[in-house]
Amino acid sequence: MSARSQRATSLEAVLDTARLRRDFPILDLKVNGKPLIFMDNAASSQMPRQVMERWVKYRSEQHANIHRAVHYLSETATAEYEAARRKVQVFLNAPEDREIVFTSGTTDGINLVAHGYGRRFFGPGDEIILTTLEHHSNIVPWQMVAAEKGATLRVVPVNDRGELLVDEYRKLFNAHTKFVAMTHVSNALGTIAPVKEMIAIAHEHGVPVLVDGAQAVPHLKVDVRELDCDFYVFSGHKLCGPTGIGALYGKAALLEKMQPFKGGGDMILSVTFEKTTYAPIPAKFEAGTPPIGEAITLGAAIDYLSAIGLERIAAYETDLLDYATDQLHRMPGVRLIGTAEKKAAVLSFALDGVHPHDVGSLLNDDGVAIRTGHHCAQPVMQRFKVPATSRASFAFYNTMAEVDALVASLGRVQKLFA
Amino acid sequence: MTDSRQLYQEMILEHNKKPRNWGLLADATHKAEGVNPLCGDHIHLSLRLAGDTVEAVGFEGEACAICKASASMMTAIVKGKTRADAEQMVQEFRDMTTGKLDPAGPHHLGRLTVFAGVRDLPTRVKCAILPWHTLHAAFAGTDTASTE
Repeated sequence: MSARSQRATSLEAVLDTARLRRDFPILDLKVNGKPLIFMDNAASSQMPRQVMERWVKYRSEQHANIHRAVHYLSETATAEYEAARRKVQVFLNAPEDREIVFTSGTTDGINLVAHGYGRRFFGPGDEIILTTLEHHSNIVPWQMVAAEKGATLRVVPVNDRGELLVDEYRKLFNAHTKFVAMTHVSNALGTIAPVKEMIAIAHEHGVPVLVDGAQAVPHLKVDVRELDCDFYVFSGHKLCGPTGIGALYGKAALLEKMQPFKGGGDMILSVTFEKTTYAPIPAKFEAGTPPIGEAITLGAAIDYLSAIGLERIAAYETDLLDYATDQLHRMPGVRLIGTAEKKAAVLSFALDGVHPHDVGSLLNDDGVAIRTGHHCAQPVMQRFKVPATSRASFAFYNTMAEVDALVASLGRVQKLFA
Repeated sequence: MTDSRQLYQEMILEHNKKPRNWGLLADATHKAEGVNPLCGDHIHLSLRLAGDTVEAVGFEGEACAICKASASMMTAIVKGKTRADAEQMVQEFRDMTTGKLDPAGPHHLGRLTVFAGVRDLPTRVKCAILPWHTLHAAFAGTDTASTE
């Protein structure tokens, strides 16, 4: 038995990928006459039939506006929406369901905290700590609030492997430090940040921490109580759920101190033209009719992934990433960007003499979908002195055979450009 | 969907590897910068006009093969042309790559018809057009051209 097939056998023991793949209708697609090999999961992952069916059930049997009327459908929709909130609560191991706010996604969640917390509590001379690894969505909202309040951003550097320098981070704290916003897993490099340790350091200085979990929740078991983070945000569509929905976890005491981000219906207790009394959390942050069906469908996605088990998903993907890393290491002319010791299933790389955009187009001819570009993380690109990278990002439904196909396709690109 | 391999022809690959007129002019009379923010193509273009004629042209940048080859072939073809002729080629190139000009019909693009295939690859049209936008910006005296 070859090393490759031994490895494949042990991988199948971790996860029955062949069976799971049948849940994803899109994986049967042919692109340019070739079977689709979808390796752009860090941008958005695919949806299994069970999750799609939840949407159909909601639309067929349960839809009405929530929190309003007393009729059957409104009560059903409200109950299902609130049940989805509890699913998110359990998924993140949050202490209370009122600490879960539905948002339109990670970006919306970060903006909510930047405005709801930052605009209330930041002032001139204050400092906000971010890291080099941040996605633009965890930079720009803080920049906007900082500009308005006269605050400044401080940035935690990374080493050449793409790992955050915790000692440098420690030195950034001073009496002006008011907030830390950091990613859990880098979307561009795959680095898993030592968030628990970094949160503890921030708390020694009495500084709250927001963790951007967009890339973490599909790949790791996240426990906000164990991390002791103050805020945690993620998106549904990277979790085999729909777009337009995500969630924010925030400690109740902090959410209660924050000002609402958006005003409107559903977030009030009473309104006169003189004064509005806001609803308690989480309603205070959910103005207007929310994406009800999307929230319920996200709940189904959480059920689907939880049934497989995030620990098993993580174990499988780690093996797959190791295999892919080995294979790419063996190819001359391939440079991996982001070689942190702790990584999630993201492989960013540069091919000597070939621009990533060309790599992406040519791989597409072979049915292989990867992302090329700056991955909305231009500071990471600047740090590694590349304009862009090619990025293959895996989900639990990717296989070793697909990694082999990626490698073969890259070989053909190199030959064309030789 | 068109196979993009049809686009990566010998001529484009060769111009990508050995771009003509690489390097900026020290005595440029016109220059501009072109950016494709979505994919990161970024080129600098410099021209020296003698009267109304493009006497010299040079470019530099970080770009994909389609963009770099387009820039290389563009600089080769506009050298010695009048500004009006070059601007007409900008228009024709745009029209060809967006499917409004038949590469088999009358035009002044010569071998640049090798780029006609990008009209079937919407994500790559901007790569091919960027140098031409940048040329137009340089003539017009605007500093930057963007595909967005």
